[in-house]
Amino acid sequence: MRRWLLPTLFLAGLIAVWQIAATTGVIADALNLEPYLVPSPSEVATSLWDSRSLLAENAWVTLQEMLFGLCIGLIVGVSFAVAMHLSSGVREATYPLLVISQTIPIVVIAPILVLWLGYGIWPKLVVVALICFFPVAVNTLDGLRSVDRETTKMMRTLDASRGQILWRVEAPGALPYFFSGARIAATIAPIGAVFGEWVGADSGLGHLILQDNAQLETARVFAATAVLSAIALSLFGLLALAERRIVTWR
Amino acid sequence: MRQDTKMPTEAKEFAIGNASPAFGDLAHPGAAVSIRGLRHFYGSLETIEGFDMECPPHRVLGLVGPSGCGKTTLLETICGLQEPAAGNVEVGGALDPRGRLARCAFMPQRDMLLPWLSALDNSALALRNRGTGRKKARKEAGQLFERFGLAGFERALPAELSGGMRQRVAFLRTLVSGKPVLALDEPFASLDAITRSEMQAWLAGALATDPRTVLLVTHDVEEALYLSDEVAVLSARPLRVVDKMSAPTPRAPDRDAAVTDPSFVAVRERATTSLRGAAG
Ligand SMILES: Nc1ncnc2c1ncn2[C@@H]1O[C@H](COP(=O)(O)OP(=O)(O)OP(=O)(O)O)[C@@H](O)[C@H]1O
Ligand SMILES: [Mg+2]
Repeated sequence: MRRWLLPTLFLAGLIAVWQIAATTGVIADALNLEPYLVPSPSEVATSLWDSRSLLAENAWVTLQEMLFGLCIGLIVGVSFAVAMHLSSGVREATYPLLVISQTIPIVVIAPILVLWLGYGIWPKLVVVALICFFPVAVNTLDGLRSVDRETTKMMRTLDASRGQILWRVEAPGALPYFFSGARIAATIAPIGAVFGEWVGADSGLGHLILQDNAQLETARVFAATAVLSAIALSLFGLLALAERRIVTWR
Repeated sequence: MRQDTKMPTEAKEFAIGNASPAFGDLAHPGAAVSIRGLRHFYGSLETIEGFDMECPPHRVLGLVGPSGCGKTTLLETICGLQEPAAGNVEVGGALDPRGRLARCAFMPQRDMLLPWLSALDNSALALRNRGTGRKKARKEAGQLFERFGLAGFERALPAELSGGMRQRVAFLRTLVSGKPVLALDEPFASLDAITRSEMQAWLAGALATDPRTVLLVTHDVEEALYLSDEVAVLSARPLRVVDKMSAPTPRAPDRDAAVTDPSFVAVRERATTSLRGAAG
């Protein structure tokens, strides 16, 4: 109860302050702007309702990009973690490359991907997967390595093979680490999707935001952003729920 | 005086239901452990400087030594988890690490139960590792739960068990492996005094029904002398044997009477003195 009550109250408080500041024109005056550029929460809500079918259409596109991109990111991340865990050669060879892959700005990669892969969903999936796999790989690897060496020794005298130690001991031990990586991935997935759409798309929330920004439809920019956050929040919540269902021993 | 043929009263209790599993009844062939001139180093840190020991099949060898003297290292080396720098370690005729690993089951200092598996699944790990199906492995390990005073806790997670129960599950897991040699690393160190003496009597009973060659590491002299046939007192690091003694009444049915017997007390005094000297 308290878990929901506090953030809801806090959010409501923020919205109320913003409503007052926007309707009295305090923000617009301070920034020396036209008042319509600073929409109040009630205007955003109106826009959310009026453009609901447009928003839903575009949200569906972005949701797919985020969901599939995240899934690819999770699979690739876990595969890298397992490979790096099983072979120190692989670990030493690929760890620096993984870090480097994260230092290349998405704004640089995205246009190239569009050139290579076209305007469809693929470049977006690659961008989302590219930023999502990293926290998953790093966290899962830490989890796999967190197993007590004594447990491994005990398992070896109980005739466990390398694969059995991985499956029975290391993998379950790494699950909580995997989930924290996956939760981080879920929160950054929208960044990848929006960047992917900005470079070349004809639909999606990112595409809509870009258009509305250019047309000074500020209220709908905020509305689209709220929808985007809601999607990320739901993904985060789903992952937290899955973790609670699966990691029952903690 | 040997007690091998007498079955302690505890053991009779443990044998109820005659749930004799496929492994580890009196017919278990057993394996001897023989160590000659063993030396071990961690890098340049000398942990074992010459260790010689014989333990015949189905006997219990107690190893008492001060904290940090290299007891765990010694057990791990015998089990084939570590390689000695010099010397021979022979377990049931095997000299190579793989052969030793195949003949030894190691019970680590902390119970190391897997928190995501039930007590039953934890105890059946060795069977599952060897490819036995889940159902069959559970059935086989489950037959021992009653005898081990764990009936009704098959499905409990380790976090739901008391310290004594966890230790029993850990021991059961070691026993179910069916290995001829059990390397027990301070199995009862984490328990309170009362639970600990109960567990000692319990282990004595369990070993009477299921005799194995046991290497028992402990820093409790009384525990070593009660449970073992022979006890070696070890020096501080680098480890060597400073004294050896035979226990007067190994695993006697009445533990309290046994440990207060004058002959027991005399040997205990001697062991304690040696240990004090060894710790320096
Ligand atoms: N993996 C390792 N690498 C380097 N040194 C180690 C390693 N494991 C143990 N040691 C050192 O070797 C010595 C013996 O350790 P060991 O754990 O065998 O002692 P122990 O007698 O079992 O101690 P305790 O009574 O605390 O269980 C200690 O000084 C320890 O610090
Ligand atoms: Mg130790």
